[in-house]
Amino acid sequence: MIFKAQSGHLGGSLSVAEIVTALYFSEMRLDPADPDWPGRDRLVPSKGHCAPALYAALSLRGLIAPETLDDLRQTGCILQGHPCMKSVPGIDISTGSLGHGLSIGLGMALGARLKKQDFHVYVLLGDGELDEGQNWEAAMAAAKHGLSNLTAIIDRNGVQLDGPTEEVMPLEPLADKWRAFNWDVMKVDGHDVQAVVEVLRRARAEARGPVVVIADTVKGKGVSFMENSHLWHGRPPTREEFERALAELDGADGAGEAGHA
Amino acid sequence: MRETYGRTLVELGRENPDIVVLDCDVAHSTKTVHFGREFPDRFFNFGIQEANMMDAAAGLASVGLVPFVNTFAFLATLRAAEQVRTSIAYNGLNVKIIGSYGGLSDSYDGASHQSVFDLAVMRSMPGMTVIAPSDNLETRLAVRAAAAFDGPVYLRLCRNEVPDLFGEGHIFEFGKANLVREGRDLTLIVTGILAGRTVRAAEALAREGIDCRVLQMSCLKPVDWEAIRKASEETGALVTVEEHNIIGGLGSAVAEVLGATRPAPLERVGIADRYAESGDYEQLLDKYGMSVAGIEKAARKALGRKPSRPRPAEKASRARNGAKQGETG
Repeated sequence: MIFKAQSGHLGGSLSVAEIVTALYFSEMRLDPADPDWPGRDRLVPSKGHCAPALYAALSLRGLIAPETLDDLRQTGCILQGHPCMKSVPGIDISTGSLGHGLSIGLGMALGARLKKQDFHVYVLLGDGELDEGQNWEAAMAAAKHGLSNLTAIIDRNGVQLDGPTEEVMPLEPLADKWRAFNWDVMKVDGHDVQAVVEVLRRARAEARGPVVVIADTVKGKGVSFMENSHLWHGRPPTREEFERALAELDGADGAGEAGHA
Repeated sequence: MRETYGRTLVELGRENPDIVVLDCDVAHSTKTVHFGREFPDRFFNFGIQEANMMDAAAGLASVGLVPFVNTFAFLATLRAAEQVRTSIAYNGLNVKIIGSYGGLSDSYDGASHQSVFDLAVMRSMPGMTVIAPSDNLETRLAVRAAAAFDGPVYLRLCRNEVPDLFGEGHIFEFGKANLVREGRDLTLIVTGILAGRTVRAAEALAREGIDCRVLQMSCLKPVDWEAIRKASEETGALVTVEEHNIIGGLGSAVAEVLGATRPAPLERVGIADRYAESGDYEQLLDKYGMSVAGIEKAARKALGRKPSRPRPAEKASRARNGAKQGETG
């Protein structure tokens, strides 16, 4: 869809493919026939530029028609460049501008408590996004309220738009930062779907307060010439690059995972 | 005004269990402290985190609660403006943003704390309803109307007590101006707490034989298009009065309507595109252009700019006697 649109964010969509798969096909409670069901789990895609990964999952879950994917980012199409709750069934909140998601998720989690509902709130954060100070405001507030129904997942691909995170604005020691904010920290290989499923289950079952899962990932995962390159943050592929990428991904699918949706 | 607001919130809290109140370490100033005491489970103090509070309100609204978000007007509309846009206004979420200490009312704290273009920011945001009530009764009515309305609302409050203007029977309605005084020569349109000063200016002008209509327009968006058009048609000159920059607020809203309907001379009373200073509130209002005398002066000026529009009978008589200019000026 990014090739057809000639616009969109490949690197950060590929890095979350398995995380999105684990959420939409295993962990999140949702009803494709009733996308607004109040009891559904919520996903706040704070790194809204991974919209293509979400749209792929939503189409496979039957929430949007597959042919819609062909018109990503085109005038009149419901699939905006960044997720829009008003136009796309299954999108719980509009995002795109970085740094908002954890605050929104904490509001949803407080809301669940007040409404006496047991839904869970997942917030998918980019690592570069953590440069935004608002995340740390939200981290403080979520810990204050002991929100055990809130799980943040960090797509730790190590690369942001202008280069490696540790060069642009160092985040390490990242786990220690979250611990210092009174969050429980779990780590996982973000490209191992089964491992992601297990860590998310653990985060939900064992949470005493908010939990952050730091998922080690590779930006542009599965396409050799895109992997770990900030140049593929927001650039679409040419036809030749597209075909090479598909060939590589098809080869990887032989392993039988549901990833690369 | 803020005490009335705080009490009204408690009233609403008793009526609607979905109402939640968020504040940023200024609960004693915004008077949300009353709500917090009565409904501690529905009151969230975010510390000094305006951006986080605003987005959390979006999250709460998205799951069916009705958040009232409280901080100083300049922080709600500038520090957290992008949160308001991206998470609240764009999504049409049911969040009520209360900008306390509006205009120059945080007078002694100075320009850093005063809010002279909050209305412009919020008015230009698609999907936002914007209100600046004029007295205690109207504050209560507007807060209740905002709670009953499904969608984002920005409501500006004054830090100080303001004179009561309206009696029981006053109605607040979105998009509707109130006719406070009928008049033929020109129309004074006022928003917010300057309504009392505007009425006093109209009374002084009446003693000079100038007959002012006074429209009180607490709802800036949607604006009462018809009342403005009618005022232009029937009185031919207008003055806007607001505790705000003359760019982007009531003056601009009225100019937009006049330009699209029936253009007429318009003078804008307000802060002349500058920052104010520390000082006594009433003194600052005077010094920065919003004195009663300033309103009167603007009225005379607008009246002087009114083109002479002779009636057909006069036209005929002038053609006979030779034209005489400017008699309405």
